[in-house]
Amino acid sequence: MPRTKIDLPETIDYLSILDEHGNVDQELEPDISESKLRALYRSMLLGRRFDERMVDLQRQGRIGTFPPIKGQEASQIGSIFQLRPTDWFVPAFRETAAEIWRGRSLESILLYYNGYNEGTLLDRDQKDLPLAIPVSSQILHATGLGYAANYRDSGEIVMVYFGDGATSEGDFHEGLNCAAVYQTPVLFICQNNQWAISIPVKKQTHSQTIAQKALAYGMPGIQVDGNDILAVYAATKEAAERARNGGGPTLIECVTYRVMMHTTADDPSRYRSDTEVESWIKKDPLSRFENYLIDKAFLNDSSREKIEQEVRKQIQAAVESAEKQMQDLGAPVDMFKHLYADLPRQLKKQREELRAHLTAAEREVDNG
Amino acid sequence: MAKMTMVQALNLALQQEMKNDDSVVLLGQDIGADGGVFRVTDSLIDTFGEKRVIDTPLAESAIIGMAVGMAIHGLKPVCEIQFSGFAYQSFHQLENHAARMRWRTQGRLTVPMVMRAPYGGGIRALEHHSESREAYWAHTPGLKTVIPSGPRNARALLVAAIRSPDPIIFYESKALYRAYREEVPEQEEIMEIGKSNIARSGDDVTIITYGAMLQPTLEAADVLAQEGINSEIIDLLTISPLDDSLMVESIKKTGCAVVVHEAPRSFGPGAEIVSRLMEDAFYYLEAPIQRVTGYDIIIPYFSREKDYLPNVRRIVLAAKAALQKI
Ligand SMILES: Cc1ncc(C[n+]2csc(CCOP(=O)(O)OP(=O)(O)O)c2C)c(N)n1
Ligand SMILES: [Mg+2]
Repeated sequence: MPRTKIDLPETIDYLSILDEHGNVDQELEPDISESKLRALYRSMLLGRRFDERMVDLQRQGRIGTFPPIKGQEASQIGSIFQLRPTDWFVPAFRETAAEIWRGRSLESILLYYNGYNEGTLLDRDQKDLPLAIPVSSQILHATGLGYAANYRDSGEIVMVYFGDGATSEGDFHEGLNCAAVYQTPVLFICQNNQWAISIPVKKQTHSQTIAQKALAYGMPGIQVDGNDILAVYAATKEAAERARNGGGPTLIECVTYRVMMHTTADDPSRYRSDTEVESWIKKDPLSRFENYLIDKAFLNDSSREKIEQEVRKQIQAAVESAEKQMQDLGAPVDMFKHLYADLPRQLKKQREELRAHLTAAEREVDNG
Repeated sequence: MAKMTMVQALNLALQQEMKNDDSVVLLGQDIGADGGVFRVTDSLIDTFGEKRVIDTPLAESAIIGMAVGMAIHGLKPVCEIQFSGFAYQSFHQLENHAARMRWRTQGRLTVPMVMRAPYGGGIRALEHHSESREAYWAHTPGLKTVIPSGPRNARALLVAAIRSPDPIIFYESKALYRAYREEVPEQEEIMEIGKSNIARSGDDVTIITYGAMLQPTLEAADVLAQEGINSEIIDLLTISPLDDSLMVESIKKTGCAVVVHEAPRSFGPGAEIVSRLMEDAFYYLEAPIQRVTGYDIIIPYFSREKDYLPNVRRIVLAAKAALQKI
């Protein structure tokens, strides 16, 4: 009578479908058409190559600080695939591949990381939030969007991304708690890449998994091999269907690895070993997916090379076009734009003050 | 016209705006069946249901953070933070997101939301329940900070706040909630945000104030009038963006000024007001501007709060000092 086991409605699964060599569990293998598989592959490759190029550009001083995504392509592309254009996408700041999938241009990403506000510009009706640097804060926006979607009975779902470090913030707790209370259609995608700058996940939480935290909120949670695009795809598909059918939120933990530095301003040799990094590079999400596609005869050396060339061309064209755009952007007085619907009088005065300084400074230059 | 307390007037504004526009939703702690701890949302849940009068979990960051998401979606959330002293748990949602979403997305996504919060001293409350920290919000680009001074303007300004395309911090003086009743018209009334008001005309001294401090300032003006000193009182109503036009015009008449607020003095709204007057009315000033404010300390527990808050005597003396009559 006095002490019994509490029977919780949920348990936590771990899902892996494609192992690190590209061998597939045929029972679990999701049914995805050849053309979709190719699209997934192309997006992963584009994400990877663009990321590498961004790091190079930063090293050459052609853009500012950049947070690389290398190693996390499967977590991002496998999940974002489930989102329709009419659904909401709420990124943190390390979702470049997912952002590109949603249609954000490479040019705009280049502009953003080279310090131009214009780099946040998206199509007016794009249902994407801008990236969120204050860790975890975006989680609540997703819950609010989900509430509004329910209120309007719009059928939209929301997908929000965050890292392992973000799960220590209060906003993670508040966001998941409220999402469960209001049964909002939100997919909480945690990219557990093992590190939050220099803090390993073991120091971030004493929980065995991040996924199990879902139990505390009364929502389903699942841990997946985040370097296995098929597992991410399958878990997200199930959660998205549940959300669309009124089943509320899900927490999905994608176990992956941040192969590169935290940002280009970081030196990971201060806090982690090369051996650790190498062990994860062996689990690379891109090469195992490539092997899978080759085994299925959906890819061969020449088609692979063709995609590779296309992707490189696309990136090169974007870099050239963005650098050209940058020359025409950046009228300094534009910093006053879009702060309020109508600029208050005092701010107009300050803008004129800046304009006058600029004109005077130009004149001084002209006069030598 | 019915005579209403500020609480009733605010309730009227919420009720009418919710009736007008189904995108207006309320969220906060205990705002449903309980009607809010000050009863501002009294019985709204009966009319509009729990989907629009949302009792939230006890989480301020969630209230503001969810409101940001809801506003981006097209709703017009009106958040109640139970006491302004607990708004700091949501500070980053306002500073990092509500205030910047329009700017960060080049105008694509906007956050038309209101954060209502009771502020200020004078009701013998527990600690953390009496602060006047409007300067935090006024210092944040992208927000607008509105502080009404009576039932009628509270109603008209709350309507404006709900309809505003920009995020609004709406500070309500607890001391004024039930201090007195005022005629409030049943039909729609709206005041423009960012406009100050002349609460009393005069040409000897300009006294600039807002919120709860309007009452002792009006009383001080009566005392001064008995001595033949005519005060012109500017009621700011909006702290940010600060409307300096009326105060500058007033100084041109009076040549001297007093600023009154219950917030701490250093870096308080008074500092900005005085700077504006130095910039735009310096040559009309005949004496240093006086500040009557809370001291730069934590507001004391309530047995001493009346000596912390500006009062009639301090305002009268400051006005005379400004007039160089003492
Ligand atoms: C609220 C907040 N605190 C600190 C930082 C500085 N910071 C940026 S990223 C980061 C680590 C985030 O780790 P995680 O959530 O695991 O995401 P990851 O960087 O691994 O993608 C920190 C501490 C921040 N941006 N926001
Ligand atoms: Mg991490």
